[in-house]
Amino acid sequence: MDTPKPLDPSRSEVAHIGKSVLIKGELSGSEDLYFDGEIEGSIDLGSHSLTIGPNGRIRANVRAKDVVVNGKVDGDVSGSERVELRRSALMVGNIVTRRVVIEEGAFFKGQLDIQREAAKEIPKEVPRAAAQSAAASTPATAGAPQGTLVDTKR
Amino acid sequence: MGSVTQNFLKFFRGSSEQSAATAAAASAARISRRSSGLGEFSRRIAGQEGLCILDLGCTSAANISRFTNAGHKVCTEDVLLAAQEPSLVMVGEDGKQTLDATKFLADNLSYSAGQFDAVLCWDVPDYLPESLVKPVIGRLATLTKPGGILLAFFHTRDAGPDAPCFRYHVADNDMLQCQPLCGAPVGRSKVQPPLFRLQRVFNNRHIENLFKEFASLKFFLARDNVREVLVVR
Repeated sequence: MDTPKPLDPSRSEVAHIGKSVLIKGELSGSEDLYFDGEIEGSIDLGSHSLTIGPNGRIRANVRAKDVVVNGKVDGDVSGSERVELRRSALMVGNIVTRRVVIEEGAFFKGQLDIQREAAKEIPKEVPRAAAQSAAASTPATAGAPQGTLVDTKR
Repeated sequence: MGSVTQNFLKFFRGSSEQSAATAAAASAARISRRSSGLGEFSRRIAGQEGLCILDLGCTSAANISRFTNAGHKVCTEDVLLAAQEPSLVMVGEDGKQTLDATKFLADNLSYSAGQFDAVLCWDVPDYLPESLVKPVIGRLATLTKPGGILLAFFHTRDAGPDAPCFRYHVADNDMLQCQPLCGAPVGRSKVQPPLFRLQRVFNNRHIENLFKEFASLKFFLARDNVREVLVVR
């Protein structure tokens, strides 16, 4: 009996946009994305990861959880977890993130703002309204209530 | 930042030579060097958090990590590279080529007045084209907060015209790693010419005049034909 071929994880779990693709407008999604094309507009992947390939040309503001840049970015990047500029990266714009990795040889022009610990995710099973009221009724000094900023570095 | 970014992207996109130069620079060996000026700079920002620091040198991952880990915001801007932008060249009334300082400042160093608590100027004034030196230092005076500090290095005459331009990496409070910025290898010789040439040598009076909009200057003499200056706005 033939056994099914193992799927290439890089192709099965990450959406790919190739280098011949040009997008003008808003790109949003709820899965990880490898982008090697060209875009003018905006990219919003929320809590998912974006990898910009070496041929990627981004003229857009970017929002994602993790952002890895191998290509060129002209715009602001917000990575709620991490932004990584690889050695081939050419980034002009501001970065806001919690963790940053910049490889030797990467070019970066702009402001880098490292945020303190981000707000904890509200678990899906807890209704947002209930979580907010709980947070409002809990003193800021009492641990780390949901929906409030947690600052572990201080 | 729109036009600035476009210019930069244009600049890099068409320039494989520049990419090769950047790659060459990235691979050049580093020289460790103690710096009293950096020591004083570090002492002044020590114990503070959330400062806004402007680094005018070549992008240095070490500097960015160091300052962001200390809780500061970092802006990096490679003004020497930006000064190579071909569209800045204009012909003056005397027929000589010069760089358009107004355009340069429109495209670069575009921040709010008084935004920065500290500026790492390194040896940029020594390598910057003549027409940009005073406008850039003037802009830095505007961008630096009152009481803010600026660290600059100036070569002495003994350094000679071939003094290499460095990418400075902050290794410790008073320790730098200096990485020569070299261009792409020329011909078969594989000799890497310097990416930037020393444009002039400032004496102490020149330096004082250059920073006349600042409140005070403190000179540190180094053994390697470099004067370090910590300037307070």
